[in-house]
Amino acid sequence: MDSFLLQILNGLDKGSAYALIALGLTLIFGTLGVVNFAHGALFMIGAFCAVTLNKLLTLSFETVDETKTDFLGNPLKVETPYVEAWFGPEFGGALIDWSVPLAILLAIPVMVGIGFVMERGLIKHFYKRPHADQILVTFGLAIVLQEIIKYYFGANPIQTPEPSALRGSIDIGTMIGFEANRIIYPIWRLVYFFFAMVIIAGVFGFLQFTTFGMVVRAGMADRETVGLLGINIDRRFTIMFGIAAAVAGLAGVMYGPLNPPNYHMGMDFLVLSFVVVVVGGMGSLPGAVLAGFMLGILESFASTTWATTTIPGINQIIIYLVAIIVLLTRPRGLMGRKGVMEE
Amino acid sequence: MLGLNRKDTTLLIVVFLLTMLAPFLLNPFPADSAMAQFNAGYPDLMQRFVIFGIFAVGFNILFGLTGYLSFGHAAFLGVGSYAAVWMFKLFTFNVVPAIAAAVVVAGLFSVLIGYVSLRRSGIYFSILTLAFAQMSFALAYSVLSNPKFNLTNGETGLQVYADDPQIFAVAGSPNLPHLFGLSMRSTYTMDVGAWSFDFNAGYYLCAVIMLVVFYLSVRLFRSPFGMMLRAIKSNQQRLNYTGLNSRPYTLAAFVISGMYAGLAGGLLAAMDPLAGAERMQWTASGEVVLMTILGGAGTLIGPVLGAGFIKYFENIFSKINDNVLHSWFAFLPDGMEDFMVTIIHPFVGKGWHLTLGLLFMLVVIFLPGGLVEGGQRIARLFKRNTTQTPGNDPEHHPKPSPHVAE
Repeated sequence: MDSFLLQILNGLDKGSAYALIALGLTLIFGTLGVVNFAHGALFMIGAFCAVTLNKLLTLSFETVDETKTDFLGNPLKVETPYVEAWFGPEFGGALIDWSVPLAILLAIPVMVGIGFVMERGLIKHFYKRPHADQILVTFGLAIVLQEIIKYYFGANPIQTPEPSALRGSIDIGTMIGFEANRIIYPIWRLVYFFFAMVIIAGVFGFLQFTTFGMVVRAGMADRETVGLLGINIDRRFTIMFGIAAAVAGLAGVMYGPLNPPNYHMGMDFLVLSFVVVVVGGMGSLPGAVLAGFMLGILESFASTTWATTTIPGINQIIIYLVAIIVLLTRPRGLMGRKGVMEE
Repeated sequence: MLGLNRKDTTLLIVVFLLTMLAPFLLNPFPADSAMAQFNAGYPDLMQRFVIFGIFAVGFNILFGLTGYLSFGHAAFLGVGSYAAVWMFKLFTFNVVPAIAAAVVVAGLFSVLIGYVSLRRSGIYFSILTLAFAQMSFALAYSVLSNPKFNLTNGETGLQVYADDPQIFAVAGSPNLPHLFGLSMRSTYTMDVGAWSFDFNAGYYLCAVIMLVVFYLSVRLFRSPFGMMLRAIKSNQQRLNYTGLNSRPYTLAAFVISGMYAGLAGGLLAAMDPLAGAERMQWTASGEVVLMTILGGAGTLIGPVLGAGFIKYFENIFSKINDNVLHSWFAFLPDGMEDFMVTIIHPFVGKGWHLTLGLLFMLVVIFLPGGLVEGGQRIARLFKRNTTQTPGNDPEHHPKPSPHVAE
């Protein structure tokens, strides 16, 4: 029982990332009808927002400390980050320590901006073109974004540590009545899961309980009629694109400490997120979230030693297998609506 | 000639001459001149031109004719390579069985994948093929290389070792891929004045095979079967309503193009007896899509042009470094020179993929028909005053729309 629970917990962090990316993909697909192959790149850019902020905060100047010497006997050079010099070591140090959560503040405007530019500058011209063209142009964009990041940040993964207060693990098992040391779980993964839940709840709440969201939902159902009612639906859809980009970006920001960001992390996640969208049902937001968590947890179960000794390599291919089975038995996905992307 | 009309015969002859004379055509600059870096006439690169030409021609049979956009074609290329290297390992270094095995294995593999993926169309098809290809990549990269059952040799890549059985190896034949004793690496270099031209056995093998499969693809384009595939692209639903089952046709197209990919993979292994999993990765699938689109999907010569174009510029751009750039802009004042070099630097050398991505976006946005359409547009500028041929009347001959079958 406790190992069962542990596997579910282990699947939550990846599942959260899948769910967030798939949610953004579905938002874009549901509103604009565009298949966005560059969505993984947005996730990756989000992660690099955290890297950039961390680099900015740790920009430092060098002073020579005459009182100490290094092992060669020369005066020791001490690097002091500017923020520590400006705000004092306590507050400045805390800023650096909390750079990943702080990067959320940076990522939101950056990602929304990128989303706007992408939609207005490129994707707008592809509404009337066939899906193949949309796939191809966003695929090209994904390569370009990825290469730009590679040019500036190099090809190696960059460590982005979580705040020291949230480092380490906690024993969840004792909290819910298991023996000690049975279910030990890293704190940051828990944080990531709750963060994802908050964002998902935020997006659903926004769509469900605001006038803006209501109009967007109406536009998803029948774009033309909403337009005829005198509502500028295109502008709202552009904003939704920005929000979808921000969701992917935020998923990336907080993912850094779990897996050091590198330039191709977006593509690695994109392929899986597409599978998640297809399993959940094209155009269905709850389906995307559900399938994201489901596949994340399934992947975690397939990674147990029992599973990998029974069927070697099952952890690598389980998601694709599930996708193939789902597509063949329930072509619309788990929660797909009728009439969305049908022949 | 050969069952082709006049226009196609001319095209075939042009392609024949281009491939046969490639060692001359691709080496227009003397070997020790400053322009020699733009020469492309060395065996390795020429082999790549024709091999990826075959790959793209095959992909075009599926995408150009039926409109099904497969994002997993590299899987067949990889499977073909693995099959060929296994033939080398088990039987003999002769390339004939290896290439045959590559085609057959890739064909069988594509029957399997095609049977499942072709149940869906449009974006679902793309994602299904992508999922299959990524699955094959994961299998080849890690799963199938465990000590108990080592089929792919994982990260190192599959290669031929001295203790491999090679049961049919003929004594005295070269210890490298060969065609009945003629090593694929044997090269005859002809020096004419300052020029030097390489004639490589491997290249000519690939070139002959490419001509054959190119001829087959021309015949296929002009056949009733090809017409059927075009019908699927322009309106699959209507085709179904007329009582025709389109699935056997799409499956046949998928398998044929999978076999072309397998052939390309087999030839890659025959030129260099090594097969790695990265050949199956989705970036490799993306590359063949790129070649086809860039050249012109649905045209005969387009994919070959696209493959040559991308492989040539990949090679040239990767070679340009800061020193070369500085020597180019040396005529500018110092500040300007550094400025130009800084601007161009991200796009060359290791930044080649950035250029490729940008180029790809520009082509999709402005020139969806690729280089072939570009050429036609330029040609039309020059003969604007000629009367329109009746064939262009949209009422009677609706143009096939560039839709993915949805």
